[in-house]
Amino acid sequence: MANNIKLEIVTPEKTVVNEEAKIVVAPGTLGEFGILAGHTPFMTTLKLGTIRYTDASGRERFVFISGGFSEALPDKVTVLAESAERRCDIDIERARGALERAEKRLQEQAAKENIDFVRAKAALDRALHRMKIAETRR
Amino acid sequence: MPSLKDVKIKIGAVKKTQQITKAMNMVATSRLRGAQTNMDRFRPYAAKFAEVLGSLAEKAGGDVSPLLIPRDATKNIHIVLCTSDRGLCGGFNANLIEKAQKFMAERSGQEVTFSFTNFGKRGRDWTRKNKLKMVDQYIGVVGTRIGFNVALKAGRKLIDAFLDETHDEVYVVYAEFVSMGRQVPTIKQLLPIPPIDKKEEKAQEPVAYLAEHICEPSADELLGELLPRNIYVQLFSALLETSTSEHAARMTAMDNATKACKDLIENLTLAFNKARQAAITAELMDIVGGAEALKG
Repeated sequence: MANNIKLEIVTPEKTVVNEEAKIVVAPGTLGEFGILAGHTPFMTTLKLGTIRYTDASGRERFVFISGGFSEALPDKVTVLAESAERRCDIDIERARGALERAEKRLQEQAAKENIDFVRAKAALDRALHRMKIAETRR
Repeated sequence: MPSLKDVKIKIGAVKKTQQITKAMNMVATSRLRGAQTNMDRFRPYAAKFAEVLGSLAEKAGGDVSPLLIPRDATKNIHIVLCTSDRGLCGGFNANLIEKAQKFMAERSGQEVTFSFTNFGKRGRDWTRKNKLKMVDQYIGVVGTRIGFNVALKAGRKLIDAFLDETHDEVYVVYAEFVSMGRQVPTIKQLLPIPPIDKKEEKAQEPVAYLAEHICEPSADELLGELLPRNIYVQLFSALLETSTSEHAARMTAMDNATKACKDLIENLTLAFNKARQAAITAELMDIVGGAEALKG
């Protein structure tokens, strides 16, 4: 179909998504953006968040990414992420565990703004995002 | 002439060794397949990354990141040494360590100190034995299924140490996987990042549109963002290559060992048969001699 765009989400460990999409919405560092087929060549960094796309059959799909960057071409979007998970692959128990650990560490570190604090915060963000995606209605 | 029993015991022992080497060979073969799959999975990412980096480097100015700038004087050289955790893989680790040693010999003319990050037990033990400074060690990484987060963590530490001037130059020593029979110890500069090859894979068509990419934020900032990631990617690829090479090296070594066992068993069996025959002949001689004596 002419108005579909090819979406490829790759991580160093594997290719997570490689299929046709009608629209792709991704969290850029300077704001969320949507891409349709025929987009101008475009490159940006991505922050932690969700990539939403509608696949060829019209179903909406969610993919968690922990930051990376993307390149959009008129017929193809490539996302390079450090880690990415489709909604069905998210391990919610693990995310919940990570959330608890991060919260605990945050409390311990709350007094001082150091590296541990920043790391715990990032871990918290990741866990929260994963859970949010997993819990959106199916 | 060794006694019959001794030879028999020896044959048994060699057979058992052969069983072990054969098993290790098969294990290494299957692990090698796994390691190669990992490498294949990483390839699309690496290829795309190099492409993007190359095209950005072309557009961005020179000094976008402190990671690119060489130090005036190099005093502290850091070496990331990737070796395996386990032995029995021929000269694999010895070659890697030799590579690091050679490099150190080349650079030790000036007043430099060396420090190490070790992936793998073999390299760590060597570093310890020679009383070299070891900053970090990662055991149980090489040869297993490596996660990108390992490279991320280690890479972040290297970058931090480079930025606060603990290290002036960082190199990685790893085994490049060329083919099943050939793994080449290689040394590569990680930091400061050597000038990026802008001409990479330029022969194909994308030239035209790459020039008109909209970048958000600017190309310089994007590049600054990507350079640390480049370190992780390089480190990860070094680890993957070393893992694959380790299994390939072990496979070859174990194959040779199995063959050597086979030869040994053949020779021993020959010796055993000779000894047995000699014993029988001696016994016959006795009997014949005895019979002759009785007749007499």
